[in-house]
Amino acid sequence: MTLQAFAPIGVLIIIALIIGVIILMISRVFGPHNPSFRKNAPYESGMKPIGPGTRRMPVKFYLVAVLFIIFDVEVIFFMPWAVAMRDLGVYGLIVMGVFTLILVVGFIYEWKKGALEWE
Amino acid sequence: MIQFDFSTIAFFVFAVLTLGGALGVVTNRNLFRGTIWLMVSLFGVAGLYVLLSAPFLAAVQVLVYIGAIAILFTFAVMLTRSLTRLNVRYTRLWPSALGAVLLFAMLVIGVIWPVFGGNELYNQPISDVVRTTTDLGVALVSGEGYVLPFEVASILLTGAMIGAIVIARDADEEEMEQ
Amino acid sequence: MVPLSWYLIVSAALFSIGVFGVLSRRNGVAVLMGIELMLNAVNINLVAFWRYNTTIASVTEPVPSELSGMVFAAFMFVVAAAEVAVGLAIIITVYRNWRSVIPEETDTLRG
Repeated sequence: MTLQAFAPIGVLIIIALIIGVIILMISRVFGPHNPSFRKNAPYESGMKPIGPGTRRMPVKFYLVAVLFIIFDVEVIFFMPWAVAMRDLGVYGLIVMGVFTLILVVGFIYEWKKGALEWE
Repeated sequence: MIQFDFSTIAFFVFAVLTLGGALGVVTNRNLFRGTIWLMVSLFGVAGLYVLLSAPFLAAVQVLVYIGAIAILFTFAVMLTRSLTRLNVRYTRLWPSALGAVLLFAMLVIGVIWPVFGGNELYNQPISDVVRTTTDLGVALVSGEGYVLPFEVASILLTGAMIGAIVIARDADEEEMEQ
Repeated sequence: MVPLSWYLIVSAALFSIGVFGVLSRRNGVAVLMGIELMLNAVNINLVAFWRYNTTIASVTEPVPSELSGMVFAAFMFVVAAAEVAVGLAIIITVYRNWRSVIPEETDTLRG
């Protein structure tokens, strides 16, 4: 049934887990491991860091992620529609056209607002 | 009764992933690690979708939830970084824990077990009814299906996009003026 | 195969953990993570009930209403994505204005 069709993905996940564990184990077992205070410093034999190392990022990164998420979610609607497109014919095309048109309004807004510019 | 075949074992593995990840999310001190636990939990839910023979939803779960929403959480954690390692994790810890445990007990003892537990009808899924992604596409678009919610969803997405840009971008401009 | 009640128990446990996260965590981002867990629990319920639905006739030509569980779950994804996008934007803006991500501390409107 469907579960057997997912066997390759299961094998992939298991192999990926095994490889990751093996790599971490090898470097842990065979590599020398004697940390000291100077080695653990952010810049080894460099300048002393001032203040916290975790600076806030500009909000632009978040904007890009939001725009990505909105267009990523559309896969939920575009994928089944594309699979069933031949059965739906012109009617499906019109329905999807309206759907896309509404989204293009938002897309034009963000373009005009300059959310796509990085500066 | 219940045979311990492959799908039962897979169910337990994914259930443990889901609930363990969820516990990691609500108990972790470092929110960045909490986001990683959230990804584990969402992956377990994707596995449950596969067992429920909804492979398209499982793929969407990995693509949208793990690939986009969890990434968005990571960004938000980093943007508000200096306060992510708060010394006090919880407010109202014990009342909330008690409330959650009571809610779970009430759901299981009061609703799930009496209604669905002993009912033979719900022990087996309808094995020959497996709807495909093509059927989902037809149902989403067809007139007697869900075409109106389908179009309204695009308005919701547009609204969310514009709202997020307006809210986050104003903050950005204020930041630049300072 | 696993009976329906097991899926419902997993879903109820996930929902309760989410409720605990929403009620107890101080950080606003963590509260939103709890809401995500609750939404996922609801989604598991929807798909499980759809899968175990005995009223679905096993005919070759599917009726759209037979897919209601999957369609509902798909719309849940959209709502969750929109909610997270706007919710996190609000939290980031609040953080920039109040220098705080703790919901209790943003009480300017209380008067």
